[in-house]
Amino acid sequence: MVNLAFLVPLFPLIGSIINGFYGLKIGKDWVSKIACGGPILSFLVVLCLWVSLFFHPEGAPYPEQILFTWVPAGSLQVEFGFQVDPLSCVMMLVVTGVGSVIHVFSIGYMYEEYSYYRYFAYLNLFLFSMLLLVMGNNFLVMFIGWEGVGACSYFLIGYYFEKKSACDAATKAFVVNRIGDFGFLIGIFYVFQTFGTIDFSSVMAAAPTTLVYGSETVTLLTMFLFIGATGKSAQIPLYTWLPDAMEGPTPVSALIHAATMVTAGVYMVVRCNALFNLAPLTLTIIALVGGGTALMAATIGCTQWDIKRVLADSTVSQLGYMFVACGVGAYTAAIFHLVTHAFFKACLFLGSGSVIHAMHHEQDIRRMGGLKDHMPITYLTFLISTIAIAGIFPFSGFFSKDEILFHALMDGNVIYWGMGVSGAFITAFYMFRLVFLTFHGESRVDPHVHPHESPAVMTMPLIILAGLALGGGLLGIPLIHGWHILGNWLEPVISFDWATALHHSETVLASHGHHESFTELLHSKGEHHPNVWIELLLMAFSVAVALSGIYMAYLFYRKHPELPAKFTKGQWGFDLVQEKYRVDELYDEMFVKPTVEASERLWKDADMKGVDGAVNGVAQSIGFMSKIAQYFQSGFVRNYAMFMVMGFVVLLIII
Amino acid sequence: MFLTFVTFLPLIGAALLAFVPDEKTETIKQAALGIAVADFLLSLVFYQEFDMHSHKMQFEFMVPWIEAWGINYHVGLDGISLLLYILTTFLTAVSILASWEVKKHTKYYMISMLALSTGMLGVFIALDFFMFYVFWEFQLVPMYIIIGVWGGPRRLYAAVKFFIYTAVGSLLMLVGIIWMYLELHQQTGTYSTDILFMTDNLKMALEVQIWLFLAFFLAFAIKVPMFPFHTWLPDAHVEAPTAGSIILAGVLLKMGTYGFLRFNLPLFPAASYSLFPYVCWLAVIGIVYGALVAMVQEDLKKLVAYSSVSHLGFVMLGIFAFNHQGLSGALLQNINHGISTSALFLMVGMIYDRRHTRLIKEFGGLSKIIPVFAIYFMIVTLSSIGLPGMNGFIGEFLVLIGMFQTDVVFAMIGTSGVIFAACYMLWMFQRVMFLEVTNPENEKLEDMNLREKILMVPMVILIFWIGLYPAPFTKTFDASIEHLVSHVNKHSGIKHEEEGGAHHAAVKGKATVAQLLTTGTSETTVLVKE
Repeated sequence: MVNLAFLVPLFPLIGSIINGFYGLKIGKDWVSKIACGGPILSFLVVLCLWVSLFFHPEGAPYPEQILFTWVPAGSLQVEFGFQVDPLSCVMMLVVTGVGSVIHVFSIGYMYEEYSYYRYFAYLNLFLFSMLLLVMGNNFLVMFIGWEGVGACSYFLIGYYFEKKSACDAATKAFVVNRIGDFGFLIGIFYVFQTFGTIDFSSVMAAAPTTLVYGSETVTLLTMFLFIGATGKSAQIPLYTWLPDAMEGPTPVSALIHAATMVTAGVYMVVRCNALFNLAPLTLTIIALVGGGTALMAATIGCTQWDIKRVLADSTVSQLGYMFVACGVGAYTAAIFHLVTHAFFKACLFLGSGSVIHAMHHEQDIRRMGGLKDHMPITYLTFLISTIAIAGIFPFSGFFSKDEILFHALMDGNVIYWGMGVSGAFITAFYMFRLVFLTFHGESRVDPHVHPHESPAVMTMPLIILAGLALGGGLLGIPLIHGWHILGNWLEPVISFDWATALHHSETVLASHGHHESFTELLHSKGEHHPNVWIELLLMAFSVAVALSGIYMAYLFYRKHPELPAKFTKGQWGFDLVQEKYRVDELYDEMFVKPTVEASERLWKDADMKGVDGAVNGVAQSIGFMSKIAQYFQSGFVRNYAMFMVMGFVVLLIII
Repeated sequence: MFLTFVTFLPLIGAALLAFVPDEKTETIKQAALGIAVADFLLSLVFYQEFDMHSHKMQFEFMVPWIEAWGINYHVGLDGISLLLYILTTFLTAVSILASWEVKKHTKYYMISMLALSTGMLGVFIALDFFMFYVFWEFQLVPMYIIIGVWGGPRRLYAAVKFFIYTAVGSLLMLVGIIWMYLELHQQTGTYSTDILFMTDNLKMALEVQIWLFLAFFLAFAIKVPMFPFHTWLPDAHVEAPTAGSIILAGVLLKMGTYGFLRFNLPLFPAASYSLFPYVCWLAVIGIVYGALVAMVQEDLKKLVAYSSVSHLGFVMLGIFAFNHQGLSGALLQNINHGISTSALFLMVGMIYDRRHTRLIKEFGGLSKIIPVFAIYFMIVTLSSIGLPGMNGFIGEFLVLIGMFQTDVVFAMIGTSGVIFAACYMLWMFQRVMFLEVTNPENEKLEDMNLREKILMVPMVILIFWIGLYPAPFTKTFDASIEHLVSHVNKHSGIKHEEEGGAHHAAVKGKATVAQLLTTGTSETTVLVKE
């Protein structure tokens, strides 16, 4: 069955090639069929692969499909291969499933565009790259996908390439991602140097007996990998590109900048959990970065007026939650939230797309309001997803977010939990602020615009995604042992042999004269079943927090709409948040401008005057000397005779 | 014998062209293209017949030339030169087709091109120092003429600078060659200029090796060009006609890196080891400096020229990694740069043919007017940036992973080059191809014609081929690299950790972190938490 794996990325690739080269000739209908056919066929193949995994014998290594040796270079032999294991399978299902739905939505959303074919060629190419990223059986194949999705994101953000802001955003996204990729590459180099291979299965199997718990090697290695993750998954300090990426068409924001690409960093950390487990310092940093990003982005989300920007900030914030989960070692929770987030955030973005479509490309929520009567399906699906992201029982976001908060408290500490809970409060607030301002209240719509419900090709995807946002929580039912479907499913990938690893670390340390005992640590990593009541209490608390956030939004934007202006007017703190803490400006002043200035000076001063000046100077002085020589070679024998006499005299004097 | 034939075929063709009347330009162009393509196809025979498992010279041919001085006509190909040889014949054909619109003295242009081809091919096959030097200097002449006659407004300045810089640089090499020639006679009693014989038999103390290394270094570093010997390159590129730039970037620069692989490493292994930090510093400075300066260029050709300085820095870094990955990456990056940068120059040339300007600010929004051109340009740009799946990535990755095992610091600085590459290339692309069309002169540009597509298609195929399945390319030099690595390691005498010097100490201090972190492949020994 695994031999079919290559088909999964192949279908979108074929779609991309056909549409890219012949899109204009074959017409929009065929472009749509080919573009949506690819992902749907891939999805069907993934379903087959998924089913086949049920028959996989327990404990046996997961099948890999090796196509050919890609990079042969001495001791480094990189194969072009795909890996089909529970983790990649979950990701493939999300990518092709949500991807197909978004492709269908795009037919409606993009239909009026002239370069419709170009859009779909890029979108299919993106899916191809994303599938390489999740399916690759080694770091390098993952890296093709990793940079490939970055490139596709660049194309799609810059889809409206005549707009300067779109071009700038695209370039910014690519360059910032490249900074992350720099870290990722160094991480890969470290992996190769440490393990002599970059195959995931070999590296992860060797990790417990190769690395020492908390050693410098594993800390540096994982830190560099994490830098890569911060770039792709928009975490502090490399998150600034994501809000700008909203310049792309809205379905792109749904697919790339919410559901799939930006979760690549989380996927990578979970994929390499065997390495991260051994680096407690890195995990602490991950949790703090995640928590900090979750809070910071959430506060920005409260102050934005652009419907997509609010959602973008919310994405950054939710990705922060996933990293908090990774940081406390709750990898299942991270993937769980990744999946539910893909559902509800894709639905929210597509919903905003539906609104923008209806409003003739108006994105400012101050010019919306009262839309719920005009577009009931969009409103309802948007509302469901908003409740899900706010974390209200029994919507999917409740289960996944609660699992993260629970682990943050149990396996981490109260700081992570505090960050998470405050973030949850703010999330509920700004998301309902968005709903109230967009769909409720008096209409502030431009009288020339007549909002209308979108066609079925756009509402059907919304309904499907809203259904998933509603029911996705079933994947991970807490409290009852064995009911956590996703947990059971991912168990083989994220189980870690703590006993072997810690024993190995003790032995190595002892052989170097450091006697350290990890017994206590090992004990803490064992199975522990906390009190069900504590879990229930935490759930009740977080629902209460979310409800109070919603109530505050109701108070501010429905009941007393004059309140927000009163509170925020003239507050420098509010202005700071609204200007996104001026981080973009700071980076501009600190990095971009100095680099460009330095480059100018390097070129004009160092290169043209310095280096080249030296070269030309040498040439000129040679020229000058030959001029002098020329003067002596006057061609008159009388002068030569005089020089001879003079030379003779000088010689005599010296002697 | 066949190797000699293929090498001299362009020169023979050039000689025959001299008899064709000047005004029959179409015939001349077709004949020149025919010769170049035939030469390329014939050179592929060497790939077919090449024994990939041997590091030895193949297709060897030797006849005495000046017996009294021990000078032979000795040629051959090995894994290090094979691909460069084929690249040369390929790019000669490409540049002749790219010069279809040359109106001035077409006949003499084509004769120069063909003669240049023989000169370059000769450099890669020469196995005798005397021959090598003759070819090395010989190819300067047609290139000088091409820049000086068919170049831009400041062509004479650029041509003279190019000529003198390269020629003067190689004078010290000549002194070195003569010194070694005499020393070899002292040691073995025979007069010989044979490169292989000298490599195997000449024994030199470290001190001597360092002086000779430096003499050769100057010649090759100018050619590469390494920082700070690079300033002739932007001038030469800007003034050269498109085909001149293609040959310059695609082949002439490779002679420098080839020189390091053929001479510096095998002949002076101990000096290579002890001078490695200095060379690497120049290489990484070149990578970052070239990229930064490229970023602020206003002229497209200058931008590409400075990007060459950056790319060639990677090649140098790979060579001085002294391991299989590094050298393999360096050789592959040689080829990659030959393809990607030539393709960039081709495309810049296409715009120049249409607009007669290369200033970035004159353009903008071209994607809308010439969409096919935009697609090709995007592919080539991304290949130059080193996007995985395309050729540039494999080379850079191998170089950096190789260097990482030798020295972490250089590898990290080198890797930062991938960020800058994205900056300058994408910023350029944005200003030229994206945004609104602001300049009315751009509104009527014609998209690529058939000839231009024929030029670009092979380039794009190669870009993806090397990126996705580089094995047919890497396998040609695997055996030679293996041999070179073991040769250098065996004869280096000293390990580079052991030398002194302030510079070394600085590098060493950081390099030891890498060594500390290193763990064996098979062993389970691991670094300990400090």
